[in-house]
Amino acid sequence: MSTAVLTREQREANLEGMGCRRKRVEDIRFTQGKGNYVDDLKLPGMLFGDFVRSQYAHARVRRIDKSKALKVPGVLAVLTAEELKGVNLAWMPTLAQDVQMVLADGKVLFQNQEVAFVVAEDRYAAADGVEAVEVEYEELPVVIDPFKALAPDAPVLREDLIGKTSGAHGPRRHHNHIFEWTVGDKAGTDAAFANAEVTIKELISYHRTHPSPLETCQCVASFDKIKGELTVYGTFQAPHVIRTVASLLSKIPEHKIHVISPDIGGGFGNKVGAYPGYICAIVASIVTGKPVKWVEDRIENLTTTSFARDYHMTTEIAATKEGRVTGLRVHVLADHGGFDACADPSKFPAGFFAIVTGSYDFPVAHATVDGVYTNKAPGGVAYRCSLRVTEAAYAIERGMDILAQKLGMDPAELRLKNFIRREQFPYQSALGWEYDSGDYHTAMNKALEAVGYRQLRAEQAAKREAFKRGETREIMGIGLCFFTEIVGAGPSKNCDILGLAMFDSCEIRLHPTGAATARMGSKSQGQGHETTYAQIIASEIGIPAADIMVEEGNTDTAPYGIGTFGSRSTPVAGAAIAMAARKIRNKAQMIAAYMLEVHESDLEWDIDGFRVKGLPERSKSMKEIVWAAYNSPPPGMEPGLEAVSYYDPPNMTYPFGAYICVMDIDVDTGVYKVRRFYALDDCGTRINPMIIEGQVHGGLTEAFAIAMGQEIRYDEIGNVVNGSFMDFFIPTAVETPQWETDHTVTPSPHHPIGAKGVGESPNVGGVPAFSNAVNDAFSFLGTRHIPMPHDHWRNWMVANSLGLHG
Amino acid sequence: MAKAHVKMTVNGKEVEGLVEPRTLLIHYLRETLSLTGAHIGCDTTHCGACTVDLDGKSVKSCTLFAVQADGASIATIEGMAGPDGSLHALQEGFRMMHGLQCGYCTPGMIMRAHRLLQENPSPTEDEIRFGIAGNLCRCTGYQNIVKAIQYAAAKLRGETFAEAAE
Repeated sequence: MSTAVLTREQREANLEGMGCRRKRVEDIRFTQGKGNYVDDLKLPGMLFGDFVRSQYAHARVRRIDKSKALKVPGVLAVLTAEELKGVNLAWMPTLAQDVQMVLADGKVLFQNQEVAFVVAEDRYAAADGVEAVEVEYEELPVVIDPFKALAPDAPVLREDLIGKTSGAHGPRRHHNHIFEWTVGDKAGTDAAFANAEVTIKELISYHRTHPSPLETCQCVASFDKIKGELTVYGTFQAPHVIRTVASLLSKIPEHKIHVISPDIGGGFGNKVGAYPGYICAIVASIVTGKPVKWVEDRIENLTTTSFARDYHMTTEIAATKEGRVTGLRVHVLADHGGFDACADPSKFPAGFFAIVTGSYDFPVAHATVDGVYTNKAPGGVAYRCSLRVTEAAYAIERGMDILAQKLGMDPAELRLKNFIRREQFPYQSALGWEYDSGDYHTAMNKALEAVGYRQLRAEQAAKREAFKRGETREIMGIGLCFFTEIVGAGPSKNCDILGLAMFDSCEIRLHPTGAATARMGSKSQGQGHETTYAQIIASEIGIPAADIMVEEGNTDTAPYGIGTFGSRSTPVAGAAIAMAARKIRNKAQMIAAYMLEVHESDLEWDIDGFRVKGLPERSKSMKEIVWAAYNSPPPGMEPGLEAVSYYDPPNMTYPFGAYICVMDIDVDTGVYKVRRFYALDDCGTRINPMIIEGQVHGGLTEAFAIAMGQEIRYDEIGNVVNGSFMDFFIPTAVETPQWETDHTVTPSPHHPIGAKGVGESPNVGGVPAFSNAVNDAFSFLGTRHIPMPHDHWRNWMVANSLGLHG
Repeated sequence: MAKAHVKMTVNGKEVEGLVEPRTLLIHYLRETLSLTGAHIGCDTTHCGACTVDLDGKSVKSCTLFAVQADGASIATIEGMAGPDGSLHALQEGFRMMHGLQCGYCTPGMIMRAHRLLQENPSPTEDEIRFGIAGNLCRCTGYQNIVKAIQYAAAKLRGETFAEAAE
């Protein structure tokens, strides 16, 4: 094939490589209803499982009578903890090295906890069976407020831990205490505060919420007794981790377990963990010898499989009168619910909360996190954010605004004054991270310019005067956020989950005609990996993206990887792709040299093939080279062209961004209107700008939801009061604001293609921007910190408490 | 449980069979007819992932019994592409404007948009946003869904939608 007739631009365009707004290949099936999600699966003889759940938040289970349920037509079995004990599975390990009941073993610790698992011929019969199981409870006193969990007389929640004075993360100082995690220089920080000219201290709470992807958690387990093999189809963000955990728990050899994540309808962290439904479906399949499907309904999803946040952060900043920050001190009370099931790397029980110094050059800092048990659902997953990063960003970005208010300084000016400067990168933060790269001043100035920041402040000042004169009942807020994320977990020297090092992987196999198949250890839940990964390969090895098929989610064929969460796909798996592609290109260069009868070093790469330096007309395209690799390789070289890379990143990546929200609030109704939201993201090298912008829109919409109303709320006896989409806030197209996106590009110096990851940035940066806008709107009336979520009613309450309603 | 006889037209094809009276239409479509395009997202009629077209109206098939659809004419996402496999203007619009990510809400969203454009071939942005307010999306923030529907509306009117996805 000759490429001589095509211009360089045409050859580049044919590849649809990095930087191209390539349309998604996934959409062909999704727009036609031909996606393949777990609940679409129908296996011969498949049964259906459903849970009996506790209506109480804390109770002893006195008796479970399943006799009536077993008489319900279609019901085949009812599993309880007693049956699971027979296979040593009444409890399971959590990702946080705690243990969790699979089915209630003597007591329940949160509302809707799994008590029994009914297996029936179809989902209706299973539901009938659930109704017929009789459970006798004895109610126990509950602990809902995490601030009361460590009271000396607080009820004992985890009786299985009585007498255990230390856990997986060190000493426990109370029966409801899980761990204390601390980082930084306490003495130095105390000294900075002792000598500070100005300090602020505020309890900044980030309420409990839930990732709530539109598809709930679900699986189909199928055990083949003859072969002794287990196949589990499931909504797994981390299929290989599920396989390893399933093998360790079930003792089925790992090569006889096949875990398949088909198309996943959104994850946002919800689908990282292992849940009782998976274990029960597997056990039920082993017991019955038939495939068993388990599908959560929405109430079960919101109230049991994971939650996010519930971090209560007492944040203190020390500064000079001129607004130079001199120290940061944070204490967090972390509500982990009834079992510690946070999805954090083993050595980080508070995730990467140490990013709490944010984008600022703090000379010294100290942070402490106390995890406590309460009668709430377990979880603590990273809802579209790297682990505990959104909490950290909220604490520091609210803290900076509170400091600006105390100093009487503009919050933008305070940020610009304290940013880590471009020449300080790589930057060692006071809490131990090495920020890889950044150019914060450029990004912030671009954002301020884009929105006309000075004019907005002038307009706000005029509106405030008009408000004071009684000419308007509307107040205006300008919310700033400048966040730095830490994503791409992570280097195996400090990142593992249950002992599994957090590398990721890619295998690329070229076929003789020049097409390719790439298999990955990561797993898309909507991110568009099939599209973007092919773009990386296209740019690296000169094969059109259209000729590359990306496969994920089948543990039989994919190389081992840790999966997709914490924005790790591009930083880790994306790097593995580039490294595997470069191995291929190196071999291709040897083959091309042989074909062109020159030395390898005489060749140079040219878009989609190699050419002889100085003689561009002498060239071989990759398509020609691939054919030769199989059919006429150089003497002594083995045929074929494929490569695998397992990439252990040397560092995390540090995307950042500047977000600005302009909001108007009617003090008489509490109704807010987002007038404008501008988001500048710097995620390093941009692989597909269309997909990046789409991710930013989606993440901002989630941030908007969280900041403005989305929460999981419990009453004083542990009932979830908003456990369905009836009253759990998911914005519709009507409420959702318009998003403006922008970018700067500061490539990561240690990533093979300079990419940093972006999917979670808008959730991390969006929440503080919204909250700061509401707080900024009210601040001139004397408020200091108004907690989230900021729904219309709460805004009205704030106005009311300020005496604005006469 | 005694079964009831139902007969309906689905994507132009007559189907009939026996169902339990309590069988939801979504389960009949997905499990009996193997039309798995429409999805279940919330069980409480809020998310719209199960939206199909029933006798010229958008309905949430998780909140109708199959027996209530007896005699009805139903259209689902599987019936949208042309007989030659060509994409419907809405399907094309969603792809061109990046109006989907995980794809779970997409079939319901497209079926709702289909009915909206039957009722109003030239909707304003506000009319589109209001018109799809019964369908939730967790991934896109709706901005590109609005554009996808504008793209399709223009195409169905014989015009060209000029804006790019963002």
